[in-house]
Amino acid sequence: MGAGAGPGLRVGADEGPVTAADVTVRTVDLADTPLRELNAGLHAVNGDGPRRWRVLNPRGAHAVAAGIDAEIEVDVEGHVGYYCAGMNKRAVVRVHGNCGPGAAENIMSGTVAVDGNASQSAGATGRGGLLVIRGDAAARCGISMKGVDIVVRGSVGHMSAFMAQKGRLVVCGDAGDALGDSIYEAQLYVRGNVAGLGADCVEKELDEPHVAELRDLLERAGIDDCDPAEFRRYGSERRLYNFQVDDAGSY
Amino acid sequence: MTEFDSLGKARDQLERRASRRGWRPGLRESALFDRNVIHEIQRAAREGIYDIRGFGAKRAVPHFDDLLFLGASMSRYPLEGYRERCDTDVVLGDRHAAQPLHLDIPITIAGMSFGALSGPAKEALGRGASQVGTSTTTGDGGMTPEEREHSSVLVYQLLPSRYGMNPDDLRRADAIEIVVGQGAKPGGGGVLLGQKISDRVAEMRDLPKGIDQRSACRHPDWTGPDDLEIKIHELREITDWEKPIFVKIGATRPYFDVALAVKAGADVVVLDGMQGGTAATQEVFIEHVGIPTMAAVRPAVDALQDLDMHRRVQLVVSGGIRSGADVAKVLALGADAASIGVAAIVALGDNSPQHEEGYAEIATSAGYYDDWHEGRDPAGISTQDDDLAARFDPRLGGRRLANYLRTMVLEAQTIARACGKSHLHNLEPEDLVALSVEAAAMARVPLAGTSWIPGTEAVVNT
Repeated sequence: MGAGAGPGLRVGADEGPVTAADVTVRTVDLADTPLRELNAGLHAVNGDGPRRWRVLNPRGAHAVAAGIDAEIEVDVEGHVGYYCAGMNKRAVVRVHGNCGPGAAENIMSGTVAVDGNASQSAGATGRGGLLVIRGDAAARCGISMKGVDIVVRGSVGHMSAFMAQKGRLVVCGDAGDALGDSIYEAQLYVRGNVAGLGADCVEKELDEPHVAELRDLLERAGIDDCDPAEFRRYGSERRLYNFQVDDAGSY
Repeated sequence: MTEFDSLGKARDQLERRASRRGWRPGLRESALFDRNVIHEIQRAAREGIYDIRGFGAKRAVPHFDDLLFLGASMSRYPLEGYRERCDTDVVLGDRHAAQPLHLDIPITIAGMSFGALSGPAKEALGRGASQVGTSTTTGDGGMTPEEREHSSVLVYQLLPSRYGMNPDDLRRADAIEIVVGQGAKPGGGGVLLGQKISDRVAEMRDLPKGIDQRSACRHPDWTGPDDLEIKIHELREITDWEKPIFVKIGATRPYFDVALAVKAGADVVVLDGMQGGTAATQEVFIEHVGIPTMAAVRPAVDALQDLDMHRRVQLVVSGGIRSGADVAKVLALGADAASIGVAAIVALGDNSPQHEEGYAEIATSAGYYDDWHEGRDPAGISTQDDDLAARFDPRLGGRRLANYLRTMVLEAQTIARACGKSHLHNLEPEDLVALSVEAAAMARVPLAGTSWIPGTEAVVNT
């Protein structure tokens, strides 16, 4: 995946907070601007601040665009390291490259869209908003998720949605081993093969409301080449919700 | 009456007294299989699962009681108790943070969750700490508005579960504490049983009501010290480098863990010994994993000194701190502050004889109660039951905690002045001797009356 702007990535462009009238684009080149200055600038955006930001030369930097709480759009032109857009609120952050571990960790709201692949723990503990990964996500995608929606166009690695509490994880490709281990109330949808289900995670019926929910999620993620009816649904059997000694071997 | 008769009567009298204390001739209790051990085997055979409880380690391990201070005499002079100053303030987190904490006393309140404790109990901790100018800490359940409102200095914990974690509370906090482990269960996660998952607790944790809530033992988005460095960096970026960042570890390998925490960029290291409390943990974990607080302090200080970071990265030590003497001792061994959890709960009113009737109803007694996880606390502290929680007055509880903290500070000052110190931080290992070989080896101070520090070649003249 190249570091240039992906022409296909338009997530959030139509429903984002910024209208076409906001023409001012603030460009920050991380080759000559300290990261701290970029993030402080993003945190300081208020009513009359720039609504569109472009970040050049991230070169794998960690915590790029972390902690935003504003209705702005940020295009990151290249690969980033750990925790890109961590704890995001309201903003649309598009990464035109790959992400290191913990992309959009603990996202609260807004949208984070990754053109390439994401390393492990993408969307970890996210409590709201939408995370879209156009490529693959590695292990523990959606670990401990608490309300976020995650849509992965490719596949996810092992232990994805581990202890997932709330929210929805949509995987258009395959899922690795131990999907949804110790899951609570999160909903999982996988189109491809599931290598194995974790403790207390079972397949459930895919009914019409679920198909409608999926259609909406795929649409919001800008994915138009996957039929919602092709997915299978997984969730908690709720057998381990209250400890019983005869279940000790299941943990 | 013969001499034989009177001897017999005397013997009967002695045996009657002993019998009242539970002793009868010929009934010999095994030291190995005492009544508690037998009870536990029977309980395990009946229930088929380990025992979970609150509180900290109950077994005797080498502790600060085995250390004594050498007051001033000929070679050094003491300070006048009510005239000459003995300062107590401490700055935490001035290594990287733009807004370090300035506390009036070197005793902080350790992290305890809303969930484990009632809302009013958390409020009382904030009230008590604020009255004496020190900090309190959130826990594994997020920050409540009551807690923020009543705590002048509030440390916000980032735990593996991340229940309720959000950037607004991070920015509302005065410091951030990344919890790697705790002394009661280094390497363990948590559990909050279903009966304590009320509507409010469930909502704060994004969980269904009434289920057994498990907290993970590892963080979901980082593993190891190199990742931790990046995680700390992210938290600094999110909070614009304003907040001090603490790293809390359970005492196991304190030299390496403290060195790695410093390397990862911590402003403050919180070191919790095995006597540290918990709201709910397996008894086998509480009693058998981790090392005593006293044994952990010197290796931790070694790590800081070897990195030239002693007093630049502050060390806060918790785990069985009960009195001003314990505070003075832990500071003398090199800590910058002490932290209390169980003692603070007791000061609020936990295990008070005032609630004896309530304790009897749940088959326990004041002084023994440790089933904090069950949520049936007669004192209304470790509960989510509204009726029980209403028994607890947060103003009165806060006042009691403030009184207790003030008492501890006065006690520590009494000792420090006797040792000729104008600040509690001027206490040093040379002010101490040990009462046991174990304490001498762990605290690295000489056995009282000798020049012997086990494990060293050093000869110390006292």
